[in-house]
Amino acid sequence: MSEVTCREAINQALQEEFERDPNVFLLGEDVALYEGSFKVTRGLLARFGDRRVIDTPIAEAGIVGLACGAAMTGLRPVAELMTVNFGVVAFDQIFNHVAKARYMFGGKVAVPMVIRAPGGGGNQLGAQHSHSLEPMFLHCPGLRVVVPSVPADAKGLLKSAIRSDDPVMFLEHEGLYGTKGEVPDGEHLVPLGKADIKREGKDVTLIAVSKMVYVCLDAAKTLEKEGISAEVLDLRSLNPLDRDSLFTSVSKTRRAVTVEESWLTGGWGGEIAALLMENLFDDLDAPVLRVGGADVPMPYNRNLEIAAIPNPDAVVGKVLDMFG
Amino acid sequence: MTTQQDKSKIPPEQLKRMYRDMVRIREFEEACPKLYSEGKMGGFLHLYSGQEAVGVGTAHALRSTDYMVAAYREHGLILAKGAHPNEIMAELYGKATGCSRGKGGSMHMFDAELRFMGGYGIVGGHLPIAVGIGYSIIYRELDEVVVCLFGDGATNQGVFHEAMNMAALYRVPVVFVCENNGYGIGTSVERASAVQQLYKKSCAYETHGMKVDGMDVLAVYSGVREAVERARHGGGPTYIEAITYRFRGHSISDPGTYRSEQEKKIWRDRDPIPKLGNFLVETGLVSADALKKIDTEEQELIRQAIAFAEESPDPAPEELWTDVYADDPAAAGQEIS
Repeated sequence: MSEVTCREAINQALQEEFERDPNVFLLGEDVALYEGSFKVTRGLLARFGDRRVIDTPIAEAGIVGLACGAAMTGLRPVAELMTVNFGVVAFDQIFNHVAKARYMFGGKVAVPMVIRAPGGGGNQLGAQHSHSLEPMFLHCPGLRVVVPSVPADAKGLLKSAIRSDDPVMFLEHEGLYGTKGEVPDGEHLVPLGKADIKREGKDVTLIAVSKMVYVCLDAAKTLEKEGISAEVLDLRSLNPLDRDSLFTSVSKTRRAVTVEESWLTGGWGGEIAALLMENLFDDLDAPVLRVGGADVPMPYNRNLEIAAIPNPDAVVGKVLDMFG
Repeated sequence: MTTQQDKSKIPPEQLKRMYRDMVRIREFEEACPKLYSEGKMGGFLHLYSGQEAVGVGTAHALRSTDYMVAAYREHGLILAKGAHPNEIMAELYGKATGCSRGKGGSMHMFDAELRFMGGYGIVGGHLPIAVGIGYSIIYRELDEVVVCLFGDGATNQGVFHEAMNMAALYRVPVVFVCENNGYGIGTSVERASAVQQLYKKSCAYETHGMKVDGMDVLAVYSGVREAVERARHGGGPTYIEAITYRFRGHSISDPGTYRSEQEKKIWRDRDPIPKLGNFLVETGLVSADALKKIDTEEQELIRQAIAFAEESPDPAPEELWTDVYADDPAAAGQEIS
């Protein structure tokens, strides 16, 4: 085990997969010479050269489309969108092309590519630079949606995503790049579609991904003092969704709260809540509750921004409501 | 323009093959409206009649290992690339034997073996995919080429410019062929593009630009061949504008009131099929009887394709759920090694 940041863990995953498979390459804005706007791709150009580490123009649809064509002809591109906010510019490529090619061509072609996209709020970047768009990608069949929280998962999931024969949206959190954690030495793979219990508990399951996992862990500490034992279930990927782990945890605790940074309305929490009620209605002691981002464009003002993003207090409050 | 001398360089067998390919496409397309009206096929139906010279001239300039990527008026293009009419007709019927197994339809034909990498329904959306295939070719150090066909409307999309820029920047072996049939659905090029000579848009990316007569299969062949060879030898992309005309509406449901009868007649008089047929007979390369025989054979081939499609099974109901994802251990939460 060594302690590394998410940034370093993702970098290790890229380097190892580049080393393992000559068909893996990376393209994106400022990923090569500049080494990434978040410095995630540090050292890649020097080690692997400009055929495999490609600076692109600021042209998100072009980047994703290029990766799609390369993937359809046997390569394994990793397309970096500087942030998921700019990914909206490439929605047509992602939704109409990347996600659809396998199905609409009768299963005769694979699109084995990863789209890495940092996102999330919390840095006063305002309305256009603070999105958490997981639910939008989750809505689209054909895409895998992976959302890591801790460095070990970021590394292991990215390696699996690169090896997957499906297109994977790999959604990183800008606020977690500097977060440290233990990462196993040597080959470390985390399968897609396998949730992880980040904290065991028996009274309520807090279901989260990405930065909200940390918010839930904080909330769980506070709840402990209130005599409530909260389990924190990190879904790690929203598609494939690990229903088994989800149902097992909630069957045990009989209560669940979803916690997401994305807008509450149309968020993934609603989907999870519906699944739980459809499948575990008789096991539940209370309705599934949801915590999510405020349904507003992200404000710039520091206090307003803090109020727009779920925090431990909001999660604690929701859980206490549940226990009435 | 192609000169008489250029034509004489093309072996007679290939000229005959071009004629046959164009007739095949025309017969195929002209069989469709009746079948559509009988409810045999659904969705959109964008027919290629009139534009055959572009597809056939282009396909003949390619090797079998070269790729083709197209928009949604692509029945003729996949046929030109070598697909059997059975699989194309079956796809229009939505049958399991179709080239996309009944899941694609008129706009989403595909054949990996023929290196026909798909018909796409979002105007301009497939251009960056062609650039990606081109990048894949240079990445693997192969001497293949990708040809990307699209309509005049695509040249006004943002993604057209992204693709042109990236193709030139990375010097990928892509030949862009714009099939300028004068109209994006009902809006004429004059009313949609600030630049009327669409091939001139290439100059913004210092890419080779070329205009060819899209009603003359030999002119298209000659232009595309030059571009393909340049691309194959590291010379980068070319942007060709082929001036053509669709004899039918944008789609089967288009009443076509925006084009005058006089205009349609002018273009019908330039039909690429009799143009090549007359040339072949006049120069004595092929007899009139031999041409007629080709026509008859192709009509029969299309009749057989219709019969094949009629007799083919629908996809099994469980096919609804297949091909969304790879049969991938990841889907089951298993480790990928």
